[in-house]
Amino acid sequence: MLKFHCPHCNEVREEEEFSYAGEAFIARPAAPDGASDAEWGDYLFMRKNTKGWHWEQWLHSAACRKVVAVKRHTFTHEIGGCWTLAEGKRIYLEEQA
Amino acid sequence: MAQKNYSFWSLLQQGFKRQEGWDQAWRSPEPKASYDVIIVGAGGHGLATAYYLAREHGVKNIAVLEKGYLGGGNTARNTTIVRSNYLWDEAAMLYEHSLKLWEGLSQEINFNVMFSQRGVFNLGHTLQDMRDIERRVNANLLNDIDAQVLTAAEVKAHIPMIDASPNARYPIMGASYQPRGGVARHDAVAWGFARAASNLGVDIIEQCEVTGMLIEGGRIHGLETTRGTIRAERVGCVAAGHSSTLAKMAGIRLPLESHPLQAFVSESLKPVLHTVVMSNAVHGYLSQSDKGELVIGAGIDSYLSYAQRGSPHVIEHTAAAIIELFPMFSRVRMNRQWGGIVDVSPDACPIISKTRVKGLYFNCGWGTGGFKATPGSGNVFAHTIARDRPHPLNEAFALDRFHSGHLIDEHGAAGVAH
Repeated sequence: MLKFHCPHCNEVREEEEFSYAGEAFIARPAAPDGASDAEWGDYLFMRKNTKGWHWEQWLHSAACRKVVAVKRHTFTHEIGGCWTLAEGKRIYLEEQA
Repeated sequence: MAQKNYSFWSLLQQGFKRQEGWDQAWRSPEPKASYDVIIVGAGGHGLATAYYLAREHGVKNIAVLEKGYLGGGNTARNTTIVRSNYLWDEAAMLYEHSLKLWEGLSQEINFNVMFSQRGVFNLGHTLQDMRDIERRVNANLLNDIDAQVLTAAEVKAHIPMIDASPNARYPIMGASYQPRGGVARHDAVAWGFARAASNLGVDIIEQCEVTGMLIEGGRIHGLETTRGTIRAERVGCVAAGHSSTLAKMAGIRLPLESHPLQAFVSESLKPVLHTVVMSNAVHGYLSQSDKGELVIGAGIDSYLSYAQRGSPHVIEHTAAAIIELFPMFSRVRMNRQWGGIVDVSPDACPIISKTRVKGLYFNCGWGTGGFKATPGSGNVFAHTIARDRPHPLNEAFALDRFHSGHLIDEHGAAGVAH
């Protein structure tokens, strides 16, 4: 059972309160009308599917109904941290840089 | 003398020799420096691919690499259900091709895979379920696949212990029934294909993990492995949950997410269930193995994982679904639980495809329902690798469908249960 700290509720809650909402911070093509089929297909369907540390979104569906950015290890299930989307994205971009 | 062929006579003969003359079922050779074709992944699909490459396409020099041990992944981590009652033509034809191969498989590979056509029931619990079932059955009949729509009373007549009372929380309104569906023994499928492939000269190399790909000028030339560099001009990847990891080595992105899929077996019981029962609405499926264990499965864990285990609340949900259908199983004790890592694609259909790297092929995205397709998948993938173009049955399953938009949307159609 995974446990997440919801930054909005400021409480540690169990996985059953949350719904998995997929990989985080996938960039939507800036000009959707001009995007090629390949760019659009990549955005819609292609995923990192990382074995290791993975940035993902969890919706706190049974409580505040806000989205939480979670850094989780997909092999050990260790949780590296839970943030609001804005905070999470800042840390994610720093990591990528 | 070494015993090559399994038959009644060989069994009798060995009976007089204390069963000591049996040959090793497959050889364990050292990897050679190069092969014509390398298959990555010695699960059912990979071994079937190697077998059909050697058998039908005359490829002589083939290796199958396996990072763990043979058949230790999803091949032995599933609920062994075989059926072909899919809605869309492309999927139905592919799975039906596979079902036809299942029907002669034990004889063909001289190994008893215990394929048992005990029928598969897909239950309907709502009016919409029943409309979907009628649509799917009609589609199946048009594709020459056996299928019937049954009423609740007919379901009850086939399966007397099922709770078909109208007072159930999710009353059973009817079912689709595929009499040719059934189960097979999953380990035997891997072992049988391994033995048959090995007898045709295929090298099966276990404990050999791929760590890199040698790609030059848009063409594959071989693989870096934990047992050294092995060269080959053609490589087929059949790595299920780890497909994305392999694709990354070639700089290819796949539309896959790897999830745990949990399953359970109970302690052995006297024969109680002679068929396979699946339900999308209460979300569980079960059958009884020849050893007497109830084999139970349900849906995937929602999150991405490579850990071969899932969350306990999924177990609870699955048990609740089974008891909803069969209240008499409420006190059955579970013996084992496991999780396999399944590679789920956006349209719940596989990817059997060439890639933009020449000579590199992928067979993945089978999600929760790959076992039933084992022989068919290997058969068409072998064709794809040998001829460098898809078999007519897997043309529609190319990777580029996620750019063209020609998805084969079996998600709603086949439902979650596999």
